[in-house]
Amino acid sequence: MKGFYSRKLHSLLGVIPLGAFIVEHVLTNFSAYEGGKEKFDSYVTLLNSMPIVWFLEIFFIFLPLLYHGVYGLYIAYQAKPNVGRFGYERNVRYLLQRITGVITFIFVIWHVYETRFQVALGNVTHEELGQHMNSIVSNPFVFTLYVIGVISAVFHFSNGLWSFLVSWGITIGPRAQRVSSYICMTLFVIISLMFILSLVAFRGEEFQAAASLMQSVQPFIG
Amino acid sequence: MAETAAPVKKIKLVVTRQDEPTSKPYTEEFEIPYRPGMNVISALMEIQRNPVNAKGDHTAPVCWESNCLEEVCGACSMVINGKPRQACAALVDKLEQPIRVEPMRTFPVVRDLVIDRSRMFNALKRVKAWIPIDGTYDLGPGPRMAEQKRQWAYELSKCMTCGVCLEACPNVNEKTDFIGPAAISQVRLFNAHPTGALNADERLEALMEDGGIEGCGNSQNCVRSCPKGIPLTTSIAEMNKQTTKHMFKRWLTV
Repeated sequence: MKGFYSRKLHSLLGVIPLGAFIVEHVLTNFSAYEGGKEKFDSYVTLLNSMPIVWFLEIFFIFLPLLYHGVYGLYIAYQAKPNVGRFGYERNVRYLLQRITGVITFIFVIWHVYETRFQVALGNVTHEELGQHMNSIVSNPFVFTLYVIGVISAVFHFSNGLWSFLVSWGITIGPRAQRVSSYICMTLFVIISLMFILSLVAFRGEEFQAAASLMQSVQPFIG
Repeated sequence: MAETAAPVKKIKLVVTRQDEPTSKPYTEEFEIPYRPGMNVISALMEIQRNPVNAKGDHTAPVCWESNCLEEVCGACSMVINGKPRQACAALVDKLEQPIRVEPMRTFPVVRDLVIDRSRMFNALKRVKAWIPIDGTYDLGPGPRMAEQKRQWAYELSKCMTCGVCLEACPNVNEKTDFIGPAAISQVRLFNAHPTGALNADERLEALMEDGGIEGCGNSQNCVRSCPKGIPLTTSIAEMNKQTTKHMFKRWLTV
């Protein structure tokens, strides 16, 4: 595929479906903060009761993620950052876009391994995901890594949305690009806060209680 | 009564030099007498007049390129105190000392500050940055251009192919084949011209080839660095729009 099309596809996939997935993910997670375990569990059940959920997962999440991630690493490799010489805000964001992209790539692999992959292996069920997250983020070190991963992913998405609007010729003039930059950075702050609040919620007693309950019954149910 | 001579004010220059295209670069310091209104070119001329470095050793005079001396030809581009710019417009009074002068390394260095900007002219050929009007008979006058359009197109026509935008761009390097901002802006200029628009698709297709417009990473250093103040990022975004439209048009009409 010619560079023009592969780069355009990379840009598109970052917003649809991957950006849309991030928004879906933050809404689901935030339910843990807003409505506690009960609400979070009901959303997990709702998502998993969607028809052809395996198809959506493969073609709207996994394959786009794989393409966007691998091609993105190639784009990051091609850059020769010069923030030292040109410390302009847009140039700093150019560099951050590549750094957060690589961090997000690693974070997503780790996060998918810990959650979705464990579900696929049968080690964790969908109903147990809440307490599973509790046992993961209860460790302060892992919690910090999750916060870094989440902030990186959301920055990459928000700033990527800004450059998507430029690359597809939607925001053209400096004023349009400035306004879209304010909107995207606001989006970054809001979504990041929502993710962090949900991580805090997962550390809460409600999820922990269930986890310790699980541990206490574990010996009896084998 | 003996007159006390005022001490001669000196300025300090650190020049990155290179004897041959393949040899290793090195820096050499120069101290030259100050004159009011000096620019980097006149400082280099002073070195040429008296090629002695700060240590007092005789050295080969520094090589550089320049022509117009009024920031319209684009020949004297070099990196001065870390920023690529035109040496003729770099006034010594406004520069921090010592003044560090380097060649623009994005381009092959020929000698000292002389660089080979051929890739920029090849890029203009690639995108067909001209209007073909030659023929066997007189085509008559072309269509008129709206004054409002002429005004912004004139700004784009100020591009002097100096290479500063390529030097500032983090995506123009040895790992990519990106043609750089200048040529993309020229496509916008020639496609805006009523007669040039007759070949608009050819230029858009050239931008959609490998190393074309997709190489832009939106760092927007180009627009901040352009000595002529050309709205390069607006040109790039406008060409993003036109190439995207062209892509869909090609898909849906064949």
